[in-house]
Amino acid sequence: MSNGFFKSLTIPSFTLPSFVASVGNRLPQWPHAVALTAGLNAVVKMKLLPEDSLELLEGRSFLIDVLDTGGRAAFTFRNGLFRPLFAVPDTPDLAFRANLSAFLQLAARQEDPDTLFFNRTLSIEGDTELGLIVKNMLDAMEWPKFSGIPAFRH
Amino acid sequence: MLQQKTPELVCPAGSLPALKAAVDNGADTVYFGYKNDTNARNFAGLNFDRKAMVEGINYAHARGKHVLMAINTFPQPDREADWQIAVDGAADLGVDAVILADIGLLDYASKRHPNLRLHLSVQGSATSYEAVNFAHREFGVQRAVLPRVLTLAQVEMVIRNTPIEIEVFGFGSLCVMNEGRCWLSSYATGESPNTVGACSPAKFVKWEKTPGQMSTRLNGILIDRYGDNEPAGYPTLCKGRFEVNGSTYYALEEPTSLNVLELLPDIVRIGVSAIKVEGRQRSPAYVAQVTRTLRAALDELGRGPEQFKVKPAWQAELGKVAEGTQVTLGAYNRPWR
Repeated sequence: MSNGFFKSLTIPSFTLPSFVASVGNRLPQWPHAVALTAGLNAVVKMKLLPEDSLELLEGRSFLIDVLDTGGRAAFTFRNGLFRPLFAVPDTPDLAFRANLSAFLQLAARQEDPDTLFFNRTLSIEGDTELGLIVKNMLDAMEWPKFSGIPAFRH
Repeated sequence: MLQQKTPELVCPAGSLPALKAAVDNGADTVYFGYKNDTNARNFAGLNFDRKAMVEGINYAHARGKHVLMAINTFPQPDREADWQIAVDGAADLGVDAVILADIGLLDYASKRHPNLRLHLSVQGSATSYEAVNFAHREFGVQRAVLPRVLTLAQVEMVIRNTPIEIEVFGFGSLCVMNEGRCWLSSYATGESPNTVGACSPAKFVKWEKTPGQMSTRLNGILIDRYGDNEPAGYPTLCKGRFEVNGSTYYALEEPTSLNVLELLPDIVRIGVSAIKVEGRQRSPAYVAQVTRTLRAALDELGRGPEQFKVKPAWQAELGKVAEGTQVTLGAYNRPWR
């Protein structure tokens, strides 16, 4: 796998206790969106995402809902950059909902989104085609090789 | 006793990372396709542009692995040239074979590119040795992928009566297996794998979440309704639950994946040349998991069929990624005739 960073790590499936979400729900949500869009924009600037797919995201609203932390990040893509939405839209164009462990497993390419969808760990609502574009765009992304750096060698 | 040859493991790639995952995890061969309707997995954002194809072919060839190009849909009226261009492109790229379904395209490829190796796609629906041998005789086809409707005994019958290689499915999502002839998706949406390269295209799919349940609709048609803990399947008509004479059930087929682990010794014994994994629409994670598991099983079998035992860990890994999280032996194991 090219994402050597995660190679030695296996993320178990877990659900955080419900009080975490009840606290998380009361916290302001925009810091998640700011952090997430900053990360996504770094990936855009490294030209890791195909431009023809990015164009299809223009002006669409996205919601990442981490159920067991109560964290929500809403954002959009405009003029070549991901931008946080400070108010979570009632009906985003696309919403992904799952527990934290599932999102971590997806990020590490440890589990396949279809698998998590089949076993109902991941839910996708809104524009299904947009969801497929996003999923396939992330799948096609080649992580930069960290293997040259001693800390990332295994 | 004859030394049995381990079948070639043929794995899917919808993206470059998936191709690399297949090669790195033990595939002998990887198959992919264009980002257009010459490809029966023509989903939004999936598949390879030319640059990715070149890199993928180089990656596989540098490691001694083969690459196949699936041009497995049927040319549409007045657009035959698009499919011919796809075949020319495959020959130009230097893939190890093309997987074709259409008779006219097989004819074109065999005449235009006599050195290009041809495989008959599962979409070509060749279920008998007569059909397989016809493709061999007329177009020089060197391998046929058999539809998933045959019992193991029927697969053996084909192998005994043909000079060409036979490839069968080993793992992956099952459809109604009316390969090359299914119009269920067209019935609901006007589009199908054989016309636009996608079954139940995502733009027609809606997942509606309400407290305690999720409804799946395809172009407005209610396909299924799941309780919160019920496993789900792909949003296709064939996997839906419908009301028939007052009862609601899976009227055509359940969401499930084929898994032949238990039958591997028999598959090798009857002389199958290659085992195919379905799933170009899936992520690199799936490709890595399934390839790794089947590689381990085939290697174990290579050490001797007598002591071969399916490991629970293999079954667990494949069961986890299966559609509807359940697996079946499909038609291979059908006691009735």
